[in-house]
Amino acid sequence: MNPSAQKTLSVKTLQINGKDVSAREDQTILDVARENGVFIPTLCNLDGLTPVGACRLCLVEVKGSRRLLPACITQVQDNMEVSTNTETLVKYRKMILELLFAERNHVCSVCVSNGHCELQAMAQKLGVDHIRYPYLYPKLAVDASHDRFAVDHNRCILCQRCVRVCDEIEGAHTWDVQGRGTASLVITDLNQPWGTSESCTSCGKCVQVCPTGTLFEKGRASGEMTKREFLPYLTLMREERV
Amino acid sequence: MSKARIATIWLDGCSGCHMSFLDMDERLIELADKIELVYSPLVDAKEYPENVDVCLCEGAVSNEDDLKKILKVRARTKILVSLGDCAVNSNVPSMRNPFGVEAVCHRAYIENAQLNQQIPKQVIPPLLKNARPIHECVKVDVFVPGCPPSADGIYYVVTELLAGRMPDTASKTRFGA
Amino acid sequence: MTPEELHKIAETELEAKQQTQHTLCVCMAAGCVSTHSDKVKESLAQQIEKHGLKETCKVKGVGCMGLCMAGPLVAVEQTGALYQMVAPQDAEEIVKNLGKQPVKRLVCDTTQPFFTRQKKIVLENSGVVDSERIEEYIAAKGYEGLLEALTSMNQAEVVEQVSKSGLRGRGGAGFPTGLKWGTVAKARGERKFVICNGDEGDPGAFMDRSVLESDPHRVLEGMAIGGYAVGASQGYIYVRAEYPLAVKRLKDAIKQAERLGLLGHNIFGTTFSFNIEVRLGAGAFVCGEETALIASVEGKRGQPRPRPPFPAERGLWDCPTLINNVETFANIPPIIRNGGEWFAGIGTEKGKGTKVFALAGAVKNTGLIEVPMGISLREIIFEIGGGIPDGKKFKAVQTGGPSGGCIPEQFLDMQVDYDSLAKVGSIMGSGGMIVMDETSCMVDVAKFFMEFCMTESCGKCVPCRVGTKQMHELLSKITDGTATDENLAMLEELCDVVKNTSLCGLGMTAPNPVVSTLRYFRDEYMAHIHDHRCPAGVCKIGKEQLATV
Repeated sequence: MNPSAQKTLSVKTLQINGKDVSAREDQTILDVARENGVFIPTLCNLDGLTPVGACRLCLVEVKGSRRLLPACITQVQDNMEVSTNTETLVKYRKMILELLFAERNHVCSVCVSNGHCELQAMAQKLGVDHIRYPYLYPKLAVDASHDRFAVDHNRCILCQRCVRVCDEIEGAHTWDVQGRGTASLVITDLNQPWGTSESCTSCGKCVQVCPTGTLFEKGRASGEMTKREFLPYLTLMREERV
Repeated sequence: MSKARIATIWLDGCSGCHMSFLDMDERLIELADKIELVYSPLVDAKEYPENVDVCLCEGAVSNEDDLKKILKVRARTKILVSLGDCAVNSNVPSMRNPFGVEAVCHRAYIENAQLNQQIPKQVIPPLLKNARPIHECVKVDVFVPGCPPSADGIYYVVTELLAGRMPDTASKTRFGA
Repeated sequence: MTPEELHKIAETELEAKQQTQHTLCVCMAAGCVSTHSDKVKESLAQQIEKHGLKETCKVKGVGCMGLCMAGPLVAVEQTGALYQMVAPQDAEEIVKNLGKQPVKRLVCDTTQPFFTRQKKIVLENSGVVDSERIEEYIAAKGYEGLLEALTSMNQAEVVEQVSKSGLRGRGGAGFPTGLKWGTVAKARGERKFVICNGDEGDPGAFMDRSVLESDPHRVLEGMAIGGYAVGASQGYIYVRAEYPLAVKRLKDAIKQAERLGLLGHNIFGTTFSFNIEVRLGAGAFVCGEETALIASVEGKRGQPRPRPPFPAERGLWDCPTLINNVETFANIPPIIRNGGEWFAGIGTEKGKGTKVFALAGAVKNTGLIEVPMGISLREIIFEIGGGIPDGKKFKAVQTGGPSGGCIPEQFLDMQVDYDSLAKVGSIMGSGGMIVMDETSCMVDVAKFFMEFCMTESCGKCVPCRVGTKQMHELLSKITDGTATDENLAMLEELCDVVKNTSLCGLGMTAPNPVVSTLRYFRDEYMAHIHDHRCPAGVCKIGKEQLATV
């Protein structure tokens, strides 16, 4: 690494769930928690992409803060006392997952990502075994106009990973979100069929980062829809080249 | 010790959960010593009996008949188990919901029918507006997601219940499993 | 522009004024324009011409005079006479009677509490100056605050005066303005920006619109002073496109100010330069949230982002940004002119100055009012507002729009300021105040606001996007008469999760109308759920629905 690019970073000490830990000042609570083997659930967050704090699963309690703070985006501070797994947090996380499942048509059994889906796995991990909220059953389309990929809006949780990877890593910004509230939809270019998008480079990064079965490769069975973890490597390479 | 009175019912589902139940294989024989199967698509009883200890319910509540059945089952059962994704989250049967009953019946009975194109008005119980998970209609005590839940998972749930414990299903199964 | 030139403009303007015997001021703000005050103005001008009074009489368009329900309003500047509900055909009579007894049948009583109980700072020029002429604003001490700041105060002194004034953000949250200015002033950054938030979106609120339509220069001056205090040279004013008149007047005002050198390079011959551009909102309520607004100004999708970092540290294009509401900026020029202490002398211990409210709903005098902080709700509604029409009974007053709550009768004597409103489960908000009488169903009211939040949720974070939708479904079930006690428990649980886990203020406050109505009007919820009856008779609970219960 270029020595002149190295910045002096101070070190902070804080507590996570009563345990003393140390961290670089540019780290987030989530970074430090993971380093120390503390599990904080996330769905929208992905290493290598700008955190957006949208899914709210990573909310943690910080002593002295009136509000719950998203661990993915909150930078560490000296003497912070963080709790990641209180009764309230566990309750809220389950409710947020329930809200997600009720929002669209998540039919795991016939989904191409069955068995490789982060939403499905998260439900099991957090002990969500049924959804108490009424299902909304929106009528949503599948766009299979692209030669290699398809998008099934029934499975989308609007984490915006596809939007970010396309913009920040591929530099194409094919994806974005249209609409408001539950009518929000990820779209390609100016809301046109994916296959007609002029900006899409067909790189498939969006498919690889999609946590659910929303974006998938055509012609693959659910057993084959595993995702590659390429972002940490890519960002590391890019950083070192600076 | 008297045997536990167990029932199973089959609403809007593919019977896969019952198949998975049968997949317990030789463990069924072991269970047979502890339980009495008082009502099931697998046995002959015509009327759902009173005083059932545990009922494993497969399928979503999709038509008026399902609704009547599940209300009766709830009234006569101590522990009601939603068995499988259709019962837990209405799963595949719910895929018709966004389209509406009329469009679905038209597709099934007119567009895709070669003979005798007509939408049945009698005999076949009318569809409800939505196929719904059981817990939206009656109180459910235990949820066993999975499509279908594995035989191991079902065995675990049944034996835990027989032992008087509430099973922790998240350790054994998940949506779509 | 030199200080002398500024004063010269004011003098010329005042001289011209003295030569006019009668000036007819016609309200040309959106409220009166909607009842054709423009035709009235035209007709008055024709009559003056016809009666040969052109030399001595003038007609001018002015900003909002407040009593919107009585529009179109016409005032006679010299005598203070006010005419209400003026039609074009009344013009001749009004003109003929100039200098004599006012036309009795049209007179609006200005001695009523609606006028006498108000205290005007922000609206001091509204309904007085011609909002389309910068000269009139200058004659009313306009741009003197800016002059004083630039020529006889340093940046820290300006911030100090604002801090001393005790002014708190008028957009709703009530953050101390001086503290915010100080933070931005201290923040490090090559470029800094000033943004004025004019994305007023609460249903029933029209304070910012009126200020922008009636006295746009005041806001520009406030922004320029802000720019000087924090070290910014570029300002943006974000106005919703649904306010075409406000946008037009702002754009004209900016041009006029630039022409006179009151905006632009080296203002008053100092090294301070400041430009202002107008940015139009495309109709999203969430863009009133500061981080979403900033994203929108940047040309991105108007979605909020988590704070911190706050805009004061990292705002527009990641630069330190001062963002205040229209009314906040409108308070600045008089604070600088008269000093922070003068302002701090008005209002209460924790709420200084005045607040503009848009009084609407079941109240006799609907319109725009400005009252000192600390006035009681009862005074606002029953004295200024004239009470409830048609002998109906008061039920609640809603403040703070979709983020606020419904306040019942027992708190009517409470002082109006940020903290006391928060204590009873509402918020000051931007100033919408909707009065409800016994014919309003509180569940229906909660549902109305929830529907608003549901459709206006940006969709970024899960609890707000889906939680508001689920809450709306549950409220619909209650108003249908098909809800159960479990549904109510679920609604309360959702209020909790949406409030505590949402990303921005929209979601955090969206449950407030439900929480406050549940707190004070739980019996109405119960009547819907248990007795399948709407006490106010608003919700249609039909037999058909009951059959499915």
